[in-house]
Amino acid sequence: MPEAVVDIAVERRAASPATERRTTGSFPTQRARRRYVIVLAVLILVCIASTVGVMTYDNPMPFGSDGFWRIVDLRADALRVIAIVAFCQALATVSFQTVTGNRILTPGIMGFEALYVAVQTASVFYWGTEGINKITGTTQFLALAVVMVVASTLLYTTLLSGRFGDMHTMLLVGVIIGGGLASLTAFMQRVLTPSEFDVLAARLFGSIAAADDDYLDWALPISLLAGFALILRSKRLNVLGLGSHAAANLGLHPKRETMIVLFFVSVLMAMSTAMVGPMVFLGFLVAMLTYQLADTHDHRYLLPMSALVGYATLSSSYFVLRHVFYAEGRVTIIIELVGGLAFLVHVMRKGRL
Amino acid sequence: MRTRRGASGWLFGLAVVATVGLLVLSLTVGVYDITGSEDGWRMFAITRVPRTISLVLAGAAMSMCGLLMQLLTQNRFVEPTTTGTTEWAGLGLMLVYLLSPGASIFVRMLGAIAMAFLGTFVFFLFLRRVALKSSLIVPIVGIMMGSVVGAVSSYIALRFDMLQQLGIWFAGSFTSVVRGRYELLWIVLIVTVVVFIVADRFTVAGLGKDIATNVGVDYDRVILLGVAMVSIATGVVTVVIGSLPFLGLVVPNIVSMIRGDNLRGNLPWVCLLGIAVVTLCDLIGRTIIQPFEVPVSLILGVFGAVFFVFLVLWQQRRA
Repeated sequence: MPEAVVDIAVERRAASPATERRTTGSFPTQRARRRYVIVLAVLILVCIASTVGVMTYDNPMPFGSDGFWRIVDLRADALRVIAIVAFCQALATVSFQTVTGNRILTPGIMGFEALYVAVQTASVFYWGTEGINKITGTTQFLALAVVMVVASTLLYTTLLSGRFGDMHTMLLVGVIIGGGLASLTAFMQRVLTPSEFDVLAARLFGSIAAADDDYLDWALPISLLAGFALILRSKRLNVLGLGSHAAANLGLHPKRETMIVLFFVSVLMAMSTAMVGPMVFLGFLVAMLTYQLADTHDHRYLLPMSALVGYATLSSSYFVLRHVFYAEGRVTIIIELVGGLAFLVHVMRKGRL
Repeated sequence: MRTRRGASGWLFGLAVVATVGLLVLSLTVGVYDITGSEDGWRMFAITRVPRTISLVLAGAAMSMCGLLMQLLTQNRFVEPTTTGTTEWAGLGLMLVYLLSPGASIFVRMLGAIAMAFLGTFVFFLFLRRVALKSSLIVPIVGIMMGSVVGAVSSYIALRFDMLQQLGIWFAGSFTSVVRGRYELLWIVLIVTVVVFIVADRFTVAGLGKDIATNVGVDYDRVILLGVAMVSIATGVVTVVIGSLPFLGLVVPNIVSMIRGDNLRGNLPWVCLLGIAVVTLCDLIGRTIIQPFEVPVSLILGVFGAVFFVFLVLWQQRRA
């Protein structure tokens, strides 16, 4: 990888009014580097604080007793779910936005959610309330994840390569297929009895407390593997971020590289969706915050920070909603709402796409 | 030129005959035995006739909305479902229901129209402010905006335990159309007539702000009028029928693939084809799982999605 060339090119793009001597590193100035380190440290502190807060706040048992640790242990499961979801959504979104050359889209719109909801609804539709039990279990969890990954990989490979090799076409087709699946789902939901529907709704609306612990043992290593695969490809992501022409000039195979990245993105999205259900705007919120805070183009710094931002956002809102508003079951929905509104404001303020 | 016009007049007649045939079929299809029962003709007047009328009105209005929006935004992929207009209308409906649960259908409709107007206007403002790299990005952003509004609606619905209700509202279906419950749909007839009258202005506005202003058209006013027309039609149809996904996208695109782009010339075709498509989908929905019904929005959603994908790939290949 001809890194120096990349860095010069990238440095020209990062236009910041700097009086200091500018360097050709990941950060234009020493000040930017210092700022990144400080932000990183603060984020780590926030993460630790919210973790300790969720585990110990309002614990009815005296500190240090058996019961105290048992409650902490129970709450730790919720935190592990939060950690996986935040990690998956953050890394998937940042990488997705880089390869699609667009900072407002999230992988959530690509029909993953629609496919997940369709499978869940179909099982209740055909088997009734027991259908939910048929698709809960580690084997089914993995099967669902495989279906999602295979479906999205098929979509990418057919639409990105060959005759229609165009990113926007692929995105739009993904969105539309999602819409078609949503129609199918809406019909099935309509035919359900209210009690069946309630069971399904409880399952579909992402709930951190209701996530199945058995999945954790699988979801954790799989998402870690996929996530680190992306972090290891950081330098390639940096090059892809310059656009496919520049990337090809610099000796990268842009389409192949894009497909590899999208494959890992779909693995991460499958894990997150299977844990807490559909979330579209969490990733957007996290990625936007990360770009603001990190102030660098370099994915070696962006990706780890995005994971921290994700965890800090999700765990602190879980803490606040649980202990201040007593609305823990709705954490994901409220985050979606906030993220969605942030999306609207951002899109309106931004001048180009 | 003359021969072409002659041929298309002849074709149009044929299309009218085919559509009327579908409508007659729609009048005769159903579980209840009209001719055999004593009160058969009364049932006919109570359910079949209103249903067929509303198919005509909704089909024509929604496809016309799609055409209008595509013209005004200069983008082939825009229509009420891909800009979030339908979701906004649903949110308005829901808000009215929450604020005063006993409100009449007319008040609910006003709420839906108001929110649809707001949402469509926001989208148009956005399109004007934002420089776009690709026309394909417009529907993606529109759909995302729609899902923000949808998230707000489902949050409210979840809080007040109305989630399944919301689903039923949204799924477009002509099942519940009976005498006394569909008359508001006649409003869209007025909208259609207005669009026919000012069609040329819309065509000029579709050429862009500069050209429109040069030939003496008040661009902003025409856009506002267009947004208002689309919102009224979408609001009314969403409240009475539900969402009819992709209809406004499929129909105008088929027409312009065959006939090219001329709003005044295409409008009758778009309305006619819209009626035919909705009637056909409704007939399919009524017959495949008799004696039950599949909502027409499901059939439109699935077929519309397939057609949309085809359209995108086809355009891509030509480009």
